[in-house]
Amino acid sequence: MKLGFLVDLNLCMGCKGCEVACKVENQVPLHSWRLRVKYVDVGVYPETKRTYTPLRCNHCEDAPCERICPVSALHYLDNGIVNIDKERCIGCAGCMMACPYGAIYMDPETNTADKCTYCAHRVASEMMPACVVACPVEANIFGDIDDPTSHISRYIMAHQKEGGVKVRKPEKNTRPKHFYVGGGEVQLNPLASKREEGYNLFNDITHLDHIGGH
Amino acid sequence: MVEHTVAATNAVVTLDVPIPQVIWGWMITLNMWAKSIGTGVVFVGAYLLARYSDRVGHSVRIWMPIISFVFLNIFLLFTLLDLHQPFRMWHIFFYPHFTSAITVGAWMATIFTGIIFLMSLIAVKKYILKRECKIEHLYDKLLKAAVVLAVPVTLYTATIMGEATARELWQTPAELVQMMLAALLCGSAVFLLMGGGWSYEIKRDLAIILGSSAFLSFVIYMGEYYFGHMKAEEVAAVISYVKDSGPYHALFWAGQWIAYIVPMALVFYSLKSRSSSLLYLASFSAIAGLYITKHVWLIIPQLLPLS
Repeated sequence: MKLGFLVDLNLCMGCKGCEVACKVENQVPLHSWRLRVKYVDVGVYPETKRTYTPLRCNHCEDAPCERICPVSALHYLDNGIVNIDKERCIGCAGCMMACPYGAIYMDPETNTADKCTYCAHRVASEMMPACVVACPVEANIFGDIDDPTSHISRYIMAHQKEGGVKVRKPEKNTRPKHFYVGGGEVQLNPLASKREEGYNLFNDITHLDHIGGH
Repeated sequence: MVEHTVAATNAVVTLDVPIPQVIWGWMITLNMWAKSIGTGVVFVGAYLLARYSDRVGHSVRIWMPIISFVFLNIFLLFTLLDLHQPFRMWHIFFYPHFTSAITVGAWMATIFTGIIFLMSLIAVKKYILKRECKIEHLYDKLLKAAVVLAVPVTLYTATIMGEATARELWQTPAELVQMMLAALLCGSAVFLLMGGGWSYEIKRDLAIILGSSAFLSFVIYMGEYYFGHMKAEEVAAVISYVKDSGPYHALFWAGQWIAYIVPMALVFYSLKSRSSSLLYLASFSAIAGLYITKHVWLIIPQLLPLS
């Protein structure tokens, strides 16, 4: 079994329900996110379009975070999930430096690294990840990508013909198990969009100072 | 930033969460800087003992392990302080994960520091306390082991940087060479500063090591500065932070001047005029500038948004 994730960006409407569900389910502290939805506006008025991209850990098959972790706090589960043992973590932040997707954060309450685990605790009880359950349009699809009859495998196969299934930063050779349908450069490549000051609706904070330890 | 600038493809992030910025800061810079001195004095000290043992053997045998031990402890202290859970450092030894260069480096550095500690003990007992040390006969054997171990201890940080897949700027091959050159730069500078009464011949050798290390390091940085953008979009975006309008432009060039250009010029004039007084300034400049250079190179890839 190899668990994978797919987001159909054609369906996602940016409601952030998945983001909130993740926060609640995993008790993610303030100013930290395991999953977030990024809005990117494309074009020039009146020809504009808003895109929504949920971003989370890619659970790479060749995960740089797992490789660099000096104490195996980041480790693979049998089902392919890249899990984290917070009791083992020494807080060196090597994983944060290694992850090309910026998916790992330093938990300000425990002073240890943390990230999306595809809700491994729920999966162990044969439940879907919280974000999948919360999505009102079923844009999040989760399942066994080793099983060709699973919903996610069939979804990938159906959309592969049009070349529409993508992963983030394939050139990093991390072999992500998180796929996107309907995603373009603008959504998946952080260098393809400008970040201007004030992109956060609720405050002026655009960058976080590194917390703890320092 | 390499963004779409054509109006038709204009793309702007309009809503996102705050993103992390600098994760490894000045403590990691201090770590690398102190380690360069800690291992550099062993490399250069071993060279001096091999070539000029009759003339400088006495002082080098005392001060090489002591200086190395002091700076290795600075390096280890700040490595520990930089951890968010420093009291769990022991996990590296009891739950080691050997695909990580952090683990391999921690083990190597610990063994290396132990060897240098023994050498310091011998030096302190014999030369400062004027007492014979029971393990004095081991000094030369320990020195050989120290020189061998100093190589991986110097180089492992480059492998950590290579394992930082998110930071395209840091390429292991170039960083390996930079780490070794930084160690030689610091090692030669330290001995030039402490070897006031040494003959011109010895100082000339040290000056050549200092000058050539500075030159080669400068060439690598200039290679990245002028040609790095051809490799990858991410490298181009990172290098833009030190280019003309970048926020780290002034600090980058301050580092290059202080660490490399000034020492190179001073070494050149010193060798030409057979005067060694300028070498003090060159040595001090190289050691101080190396901190700035390392810091800029550590910080800039961390400014780039990853997602």
